[in-house]
Amino acid sequence: MKLTENEVRYVAALARLELSPEEQRMFGGQLSQVLDYINTLNELDTSDVEPMSHALNITNVFRDDVEMEKFPRKAWQANAPSQDSGHFRVPKIIEG
Amino acid sequence: MTPSEYGSRRMLSPRVNGHKVLLGVGKPGGISYILIQLKFDIQSDRRIAQGRSCAWSDYSRKKMDYEAVIGLETHVQLSTKTKIFCSCSTTFGAEPNANTCPVCLGMPGVLPVLNLEVLNRAIKVGLAVGGKIAEWTKFDRKNYFYPDLPKGYQISQYDLPIVSGGGLDIFADNAHKTIGLTRIHMEEDAGKLVHGENMGDPSSSYVDLNRTGVPLLEIVSEPDIRSSEEARRYMDKLKTILQYLEVSDCNMEEGSLRCDANISIRPVGQKEFGTRAEIKNVNSFRFLQRAIDFEIRRQTELLNEGGTVVQETRLYDEKNDRTVSMRSKEEAHDYRYFPDPDLAPMVIGKDWVERIRATLPELPDEKAKRFMAEYELPEYDALVLCSTRATADYFEQAARGAKSPKIISNWVMGEVLRVVKETGAAPADLPVTPAMLSKMVGMIDSGAISGKIAKTVFEEMAQSGLDPEKIVEQKGLTQITDTSSIEGEVDKILAANPSQVADYKAGKDKLIGFFVGQVMRATRGKASPDMVNQILKEKLK
Repeated sequence: MKLTENEVRYVAALARLELSPEEQRMFGGQLSQVLDYINTLNELDTSDVEPMSHALNITNVFRDDVEMEKFPRKAWQANAPSQDSGHFRVPKIIEG
Repeated sequence: MTPSEYGSRRMLSPRVNGHKVLLGVGKPGGISYILIQLKFDIQSDRRIAQGRSCAWSDYSRKKMDYEAVIGLETHVQLSTKTKIFCSCSTTFGAEPNANTCPVCLGMPGVLPVLNLEVLNRAIKVGLAVGGKIAEWTKFDRKNYFYPDLPKGYQISQYDLPIVSGGGLDIFADNAHKTIGLTRIHMEEDAGKLVHGENMGDPSSSYVDLNRTGVPLLEIVSEPDIRSSEEARRYMDKLKTILQYLEVSDCNMEEGSLRCDANISIRPVGQKEFGTRAEIKNVNSFRFLQRAIDFEIRRQTELLNEGGTVVQETRLYDEKNDRTVSMRSKEEAHDYRYFPDPDLAPMVIGKDWVERIRATLPELPDEKAKRFMAEYELPEYDALVLCSTRATADYFEQAARGAKSPKIISNWVMGEVLRVVKETGAAPADLPVTPAMLSKMVGMIDSGAISGKIAKTVFEEMAQSGLDPEKIVEQKGLTQITDTSSIEGEVDKILAANPSQVADYKAGKDKLIGFFVGQVMRATRGKASPDMVNQILKEKLK
């Protein structure tokens, strides 16, 4: 299953990736191989198999509505490339 | 426009309804509109009929050949103590990013765990609106990049929401109507962006993730709504129910109730929907009504002019009372939903659902019906009192065992709600308790005070919280019901106003009001007005 160049560009745009034409060809080829590999699953008859939405056979994992001790905000704000008076600072976003 | 231009093809808007064109002529604001109806044959473009006048009302009805089709998507913040997938506080107004942790910040390797209270409240709301609770449900990832959502996806529900179906009964445009619900699902809220100009650096945006992960219910209505009035009533009803259930504080200023409207119009009688526009950013019920009205007008004019409605997202601009296109890039939203592997599916048994059902309070519709039956209230009173649970509870505490519940209802709808509005206090926190109101109304019933004095007593109770009997005693407000002392006052007034007495006897009946007023003033409002009237009439015979 060969991905078209447009499809590769589209997927890249959704992932906010800028690809050179060379990279588009390279990743296009690799993605096509991945899809081909996954497609081998289609050779199986799955008409009797329930769709799976979780890898583990567990359900109903909950927590109570209880507040836990606050984490020190500074600890992870130190990881941010830019911050100002408690806010994370990012390049200006024009559209709302 | 001169009469010769009426027939001019280029003066006319493109054809509406095939080949009929209606053209209004007259002075704006005037009542007498003349209407010229011109008919064109589409093929030959020749005028085939003309001439008819009708009243403006007919004209406007003809122009209203379209009906609106409206569906609402409401986001409700649940007032849980902690966020939906982590133990951070949901308190509004905290320092920027104070209520965050590695889970809601979207750090790698963290594991979200569902707050059970969120699921229980979703079930509760579902049951209250008559929806079907899913036996098996799951969370999905909705993928998109925006800085208010640090993970790059929002955890939401896609094809198997917690609630399907249900509906709300509304009373709008003088009719009862049911607005169907499509679904209700659980999801996490996104953070808040502050744009540079307001923070110092215009080339930056500032991100506050306190709201990220606050639990939301998204409640989606069927496209059953036909007017802005119905939309308003739907939102009123939804808010009332959510407040009765105590699942959300529904505070619109703090954004805990937000609404998007999908609006399209179609010729009356047509089954297919027209192209819709989605209106976002509506943060009050009043603006919702205005935005819908504007959008219906805009689309109607567009179609009447031969244009087409574009499917797009529009923002309501409250300053200019209009909607404007968001002109977002034409890249289609492609959310690539898939089941979130971090969260285990939920299996909800019948006993669980019944356990929640048992916690449902009496809902506004049932309560209003009971008030009408039990307290013999008019429907209007019952609906006003039941529009919030706090007001209904206040009324009921005051009216239980009272002789005249309707009088109590009048006081609650009038004075009590006025004080609530003025002070911003909850009815239960007012200095005037339901017991005090009940006692005061009892004093009117027994004739101890007049209805007029009661206003003074109420005002005093609202200030001091003192018992009404004490107030009446301290201020000497007891009604004078002693015949001889009223007779004494009446005699004094009649003696002081001989000319008015003569006029009255000569047939000026209306002067009775003057005498009553004089006596009431002399007694500082304490004389029983009924007795004053009676004694005056006797004496003036």
